[in-house]
Amino acid sequence: MTATEEHAAPIGFGRMERKEDVRFIRGHGTYVDDVRLPGMLYGAVLRSPYAHARIASIDTGAAEAHPKVRAVITGATLDTLNLAWMPTLSYDTQAVLATDKVRFQGQEVAFVVAEDRYSARDALELIDVTYEPLPAVIDARHALDPGAPVIRDDKEGKTDNHIFDWESGDAAKTDEIFANAEVTVAEDVLYPRVHPAPLETCGAVADFDKITGKLTVWETTQAPHAHRTLIAMVAGLPEQKIRVISPDIGGGFGGKVGIYPGYVCAIVGSIVTGKPVKWVEDRSENLMSTAFARDYHMRGEVAATRDGKILAIRVNVLADHGAFNATAQPTNYPAGFFSVFTGSYDLTAAHCKVTGVYTNKAPGGVAYACSFRITEAAYLVERMVDVLAHELRADPAELRMRNLLRPEQFPYASKTGWEYDSGDYPRTLRLAMDIAGYEELRKEQEAERARGHLMGIGVSFFTEAVGAGPRKHMDILGLGMADGAELRIHPTGKGVLRISVQSQGQGHETTFAQIVAEELGIPPADIEVVHGDTDQTPFGLGTYGSRSTPVSGAATAVVARKVRERARIVAAAMLEVDAADLDWEKGRWFVRGDPDQGKTMTEIALAAHSTVELPDGVEGQLDATCVYNPPNLTYPYGAYICVVDVDPGTGKVSVRRFVAVDDCGVRINPMIVDGQIHGGLADGVGMALMEVISFDPDGNCLGGSFMDYLLPTALECPSWELGATVTPSPHHPIGAKGVGESATVGSPAAVVNAVIDALAPYGVRHADMPLTPAQVWRAIQGRPFRTDLAIS
Amino acid sequence: MQITVTVNGTEYTRDVEPRLLLIHFLRDELGLTGSHWGCDTSNCGACVVWLDRTPVKSCTALAAMASGREVATVEGLEKDGQLDPVQQGFVACHGLQCGFCTPGMMMTARWLLDHNPDPSEQEVREAISGQICRCTGYENIVRAVRWASEHGAAEHREPAQHVEAEVTA
Repeated sequence: MTATEEHAAPIGFGRMERKEDVRFIRGHGTYVDDVRLPGMLYGAVLRSPYAHARIASIDTGAAEAHPKVRAVITGATLDTLNLAWMPTLSYDTQAVLATDKVRFQGQEVAFVVAEDRYSARDALELIDVTYEPLPAVIDARHALDPGAPVIRDDKEGKTDNHIFDWESGDAAKTDEIFANAEVTVAEDVLYPRVHPAPLETCGAVADFDKITGKLTVWETTQAPHAHRTLIAMVAGLPEQKIRVISPDIGGGFGGKVGIYPGYVCAIVGSIVTGKPVKWVEDRSENLMSTAFARDYHMRGEVAATRDGKILAIRVNVLADHGAFNATAQPTNYPAGFFSVFTGSYDLTAAHCKVTGVYTNKAPGGVAYACSFRITEAAYLVERMVDVLAHELRADPAELRMRNLLRPEQFPYASKTGWEYDSGDYPRTLRLAMDIAGYEELRKEQEAERARGHLMGIGVSFFTEAVGAGPRKHMDILGLGMADGAELRIHPTGKGVLRISVQSQGQGHETTFAQIVAEELGIPPADIEVVHGDTDQTPFGLGTYGSRSTPVSGAATAVVARKVRERARIVAAAMLEVDAADLDWEKGRWFVRGDPDQGKTMTEIALAAHSTVELPDGVEGQLDATCVYNPPNLTYPYGAYICVVDVDPGTGKVSVRRFVAVDDCGVRINPMIVDGQIHGGLADGVGMALMEVISFDPDGNCLGGSFMDYLLPTALECPSWELGATVTPSPHHPIGAKGVGESATVGSPAAVVNAVIDALAPYGVRHADMPLTPAQVWRAIQGRPFRTDLAIS
Repeated sequence: MQITVTVNGTEYTRDVEPRLLLIHFLRDELGLTGSHWGCDTSNCGACVVWLDRTPVKSCTALAAMASGREVATVEGLEKDGQLDPVQQGFVACHGLQCGFCTPGMMMTARWLLDHNPDPSEQEVREAISGQICRCTGYENIVRAVRWASEHGAAEHREPAQHVEAEVTA
């Protein structure tokens, strides 16, 4: 029996093996580093060893004399092309290659193009840069101190490291509730700097044809269309002459949204040498220079009644954005969607204030499946609810159940301006508790504690806001966040769907074919999904923020429905009846009241291309296009329960069980949905227990390889226990909400809450992630440390 | 220096730099891009291939070390148009998402099943614990290997046309 025979593919939604697997399991995927063009050269980037230093001189003579080197590019070279600096996605600027100063360790200083990978690396060693080291700003909490070194003195008139202040909610009302509350709790909560670390690092192959003026760039990008437009703007090349191809992508997690200097250098390298240039960063370059995530220093406060009704939440955030403000989020949301920090609860008031600062660290901030900072928000509120439970000596699950939004409150207008579309939160939490056997676990915990064992049970409940977004409110660099879809139905009834989003493993070639199948009754195997090539697909902003299904999936359903309506007219002409007299069943139009009289999509497709006479004004053929502008975000949610055991002798945490019940609305392919959740849960275990990019006082990155930046393996992950509830989104064409980031958003709090719960006998109320053995040990001693800085 | 390496049963002779890594030899010299490079430090295992029937991380082995020896890669798993049960299991159980770690995972899984045809979940987890997957949370990789164990691992033939030879490096 083959794998395929075991599971028949549905014509529509349901479990179905992935179409893309056919190439991946044979080693026949095509990732950027697999692209090989005739005459191709290789690029390598020279990076700064200092976190902050003035560049006194750069001598490239010896590198240029290397027999296999074809070009050496510095900031000075780029300056002559007006390319030394480029715009970021947050209306800031970022150095492509440093000219005046270096501002973080690992910053790009020079680019060598050589005949092979190894020679390019050799030549980096021949470049002589004289640096004058400067004092560095490493601790974000001192970035705004008077007299702190000014990092961005390239910006005229800049005299401090302040980027922005942003707030949301009702400050006066929130303060009033806090002033009169029976109970208030406060806690400083750090969400440390982490990195998405996709297994494939970033890279590009640029091929500029001097004769035609056409630039083709293979890039590790989650947003090929946005990149094409940005390349046109940055490089001054005509956009119709730029083709961005995003081939198979080896994981993205938000780390492949922005434009990195290496991409620009590869393009310049190709223009300068007249040959295709490949640049692929190594793992250290990836971890030290591309988009990090989080680095939010948060103070959370909760006001409640003594019997556990949460009234208000107040949050102050110091956001470390690194040396350049390069976060990727909608323009009007400098702190992303952090204001979803009110979580899943029925509050009276809420307020948050976020201050962004520059530090001498790599730029970024929005990545690693964060749903535009909802990861930070969800972690904070779920940590704070447990802090309140600790204060009230309440059961954390019961406290949540008491405060969750009730089904009849939807659509719910949150106190920070979001309209939650649908949900039945108590049902989802109850299901998670039932799967976990929550009450029995508590009894077991009591018995374990009596024996001196540290067993912990952690609960989290999260609400996400995904599918950005309504173009009236949401854009990136002025580009509205709508997505296009094109559907062609060939004469034989087979189709080609062209979409603007770009899979990094999410299985779009399968699920999007299933959406068409559901709408038209054409088997998914007969629908080819084309993506990742700007010359072949309609414009759209790409895949991040769990937006593919909410936005592009909606576009696909709508375009398929357009095709269906066109098919109706053709079917009416074939049957010689009025189109209004036809009814639809999956794959077929038939005469109302006479079901035997009908035409299948295959018959209709052929007729649409044939000589069948159509009514005046009907063009023939079935092809259609659509641009989907979402009316609102979608709000997936979930309830997670984690069980851990902590070794009191070493501080080592073992995750014994993890129960996750997700409600992401309608599930197109439950197998793929579960897979997305599995991956996010592993992220949560990683972030909670081991992942951190920390720095020493000089700004040396201490997470620059997989020897230091630890990721969970199969041994740290338990066998995930999943459950599902389905509450469709009322405004999405197929009721789907998106799920890609849900588990990454919701799971860290469950793990941390479980560990802190295990440490309850020691009176521990909070300790910051990652809860490494050292950190747990210190927490047991009553002295948890700051995980973002080297231990001094 | 000149090296001769047998890869998936085919002998290749090439002039290479002594420092050339095995992963770059396979990918850049032979065009076998199924094996991936991911970390440089032997942590991620995207580059796992077999060297004389033993999984190795080819980012930390020199091409020269493979001279006179046999290398097996993901491209050799399928035989005469018949997928290896491990490949089938990965499809059936959704054991891959982005596909980048998959070739290395499958090579280790094949080795495990050749030595332990009916591994427990824990034994599978231990076998792949030197490799990283960022997408699947490992759950479905474990299920995929178990699936392969239950669907004909015993009938499997060696990926490489093996010739009995002792390691001479």
